[in-house]
Amino acid sequence: MTGRRIMLALAPPVVAIIFSVALSSVVLLIAGTSPWEAWREMLSYGSSLGALVETGNRATQLYLAGIAVAIGFRMNLFNIGVEGQYMLAALVAAAVGAAVNLPPILHVALIMAVAMSVGSLYAGVAGYLKVTRGVHEVISTIMLNAIALSAIGYLLRTWLDDGDDTTLNITTPEIAPSGRFPNLNGMVEMFTREIGRGRELWGFLLIAIVVGVLFHLFLTRTRSGFDLRATGLNPFAAEASGVDPRATVVRAMLLSGAVAGLIGLPEILGDSYKYDLGFTRGLGFTGIAIALIGRNHPAGVAVGALLFGWLDSAAPILDVVGDTPREIVSILQGVVVLSAVVAYEVVNRIRRAQEARDAASATQRTLEPTS
Amino acid sequence: MRRPTLRDSVVMRWMVAALGLVIALSLTQELARPETTDLISAGTAESTLRRAIPILLAGLGGIWAERAGVVNIGLEGMMILGTWFGAWGALEFGPWWGLAIGVAGGAAGGLLHAIATVGFGVDHIISGVAINILAPALARFLSGEVFAARSGGGITQSPRVDSVGHGDLPFVSGGDLFGWSTPDLFGWLSDQGWFLVSDLSALLSGITSNVSWATLLALLLVPASVVILWRTSLGLRIRAAGEHPVAADSLGVNVYRMKTLAVVVSGGLAGFGGAFIVIEQTGIYREAQVQGRGFIGLATVIFGNWQPVGAFLGSMLFGFADALQLRDRTAVHALLLLVGAALAALAVRAVLRRRPAAGTGFAALALVVLWWYSVSEEVMRELPPITPHVATLLVLVFASSRLRMPAANGLRYRRGQE
Repeated sequence: MTGRRIMLALAPPVVAIIFSVALSSVVLLIAGTSPWEAWREMLSYGSSLGALVETGNRATQLYLAGIAVAIGFRMNLFNIGVEGQYMLAALVAAAVGAAVNLPPILHVALIMAVAMSVGSLYAGVAGYLKVTRGVHEVISTIMLNAIALSAIGYLLRTWLDDGDDTTLNITTPEIAPSGRFPNLNGMVEMFTREIGRGRELWGFLLIAIVVGVLFHLFLTRTRSGFDLRATGLNPFAAEASGVDPRATVVRAMLLSGAVAGLIGLPEILGDSYKYDLGFTRGLGFTGIAIALIGRNHPAGVAVGALLFGWLDSAAPILDVVGDTPREIVSILQGVVVLSAVVAYEVVNRIRRAQEARDAASATQRTLEPTS
Repeated sequence: MRRPTLRDSVVMRWMVAALGLVIALSLTQELARPETTDLISAGTAESTLRRAIPILLAGLGGIWAERAGVVNIGLEGMMILGTWFGAWGALEFGPWWGLAIGVAGGAAGGLLHAIATVGFGVDHIISGVAINILAPALARFLSGEVFAARSGGGITQSPRVDSVGHGDLPFVSGGDLFGWSTPDLFGWLSDQGWFLVSDLSALLSGITSNVSWATLLALLLVPASVVILWRTSLGLRIRAAGEHPVAADSLGVNVYRMKTLAVVVSGGLAGFGGAFIVIEQTGIYREAQVQGRGFIGLATVIFGNWQPVGAFLGSMLFGFADALQLRDRTAVHALLLLVGAALAALAVRAVLRRRPAAGTGFAALALVVLWWYSVSEEVMRELPPITPHVATLLVLVFASSRLRMPAANGLRYRRGQE
């Protein structure tokens, strides 16, 4: 029974990946290039140390984004606004971080606290509107995303710019060394050769792992986490058993926004030390994809983040070698998401039918007179 | 039973609201005369219309899908498909074919959404998000394959494409009719300098002269949607699938087929909107040029209370915000006067209805806006583009009790269950 259950849980992502690779291969064949060669190039470049470090960095941000979305998804809240929340949080945190001077650990802690509060408050607006005015969070967060982007443009242009007119790129001032997060190169190089070429494995990876563990403990070991899962599974039963749905909605949005606030920090604390126009966008939307692939489970989201992170890091080789366009990887990612959600739905239906059958046969057995 | 009168007509009520808005704009224009003359002019009207059309088409697309009970957050992705296929079709076969192929590209996205949501029962939002992720990737890949090889094209843009024909409408703007040059009614009226009448004529003249045939086609889709959805048996079945699918099924309606049809039409309309951006607005396909218009279209659905005429007026409002900021930023500043006056009117209304708390709130807001108007020369340039988003939030916050969406909107439907 459990073997069958594990198979049903693992089958959808595996089927989705195989299907996506097959479909992308067909697309490449139609486009007149060799899919076999493209995948081989990606595998060989993707297993190099440099690409793996990139994968770790990219996956760190994607994992945080996936968890931020998953917290909402767990109780059927669609926080489409992770995008706006993390961009706004990163800007404010970078500006505050550059404005103060503190001892090393305190400095980083302050920046993280600011980012989490900003993300949390901005997500809280959508939660508040949902419970007080019945505004659906999908619409309100889409609108808040656009408002956040405009606000960022305005703040960066007028208040938070470093005031240096010689550079064309408007940016916040740089954060002092005390507010930077150390990298993990030393730890990795204990096991392998030197990473080199200026690459750094961001130390924030550890924070992402801690967030994942905390998310798991929150869901399985705390009252709030139980309320959240219960509301997601059956809101009516949860309310009947004493869960306050309004408080749970607001709490979930605040938590989701707090994690969203962290998404931009690996880059700011580990690489650029400032918020400028080159800051990575779109992680909030990719986070939705990661959460969907990972089934909103801390471990599943990690697999999704590593997969997407690896694909993103290995794709650039296609521009260098052969004539396969690297955009095939984006298509592959899009197809993975869509086919994964369809596969999960199909498996869900099979499982429900199976459970109904099991229940029916069990009832029949008890009703039949034992001979 | 009492016969329905004109007062009961939804369309009539919307039109009165629109006329009121135009009058208010005229008054504001008079008050702000030396500062700006662009608040209500033929040029602004023409620009408003052109910018409103893609949003309108996305909004109509949203209405078709949601009337059948399927939330289509993938409108954005379907518009992106429309831009790419529109550009490709226009390059290969000419602008009209470009529009048609753009519609087909969007409809293909709609079909994908229908297969996932109606066929497999995937959550509507999740499927829509997935389509929004897939569509830009596909457009970029196809650009690299097709446009990059042509002169002027690249992985993020196409070569320039032609637009469809333009013309003046006969009788109202002096267009030709079978070789006979008709009188230019609105043009003449707008030159007379009569308060309101001339302003209104200038506006109508801007809309009706040198108008693109694609714009006319898009506008005709508003009455067409009303007629099909509310005056035909097909429309009744589609709406029944969105209000109460189980009841519809019990009366022999094929709910799956109705929902699929509506979502494909929805995608086609969004695709038209995308193709319109390429062929009529920019004359070129560029990556990320949809810029959230699909989402704004979704907002007009709510704004317009799931009615095509309401979505039309919503899209005009958003097109207006878009047009003003590009033409004249002092005009946006003058609009603060209008917003302040509107808030003051709301304050008076709240006091008359014995709601002093709300009245005080509105009065305070009005004072803040009017103070802002008096101390500033122009508003920050980031403000106008987000007015649609702020307006949508405000409508949802203050008027959500008056909105009524289709009863089974967004719900999963499996035949024979529940």
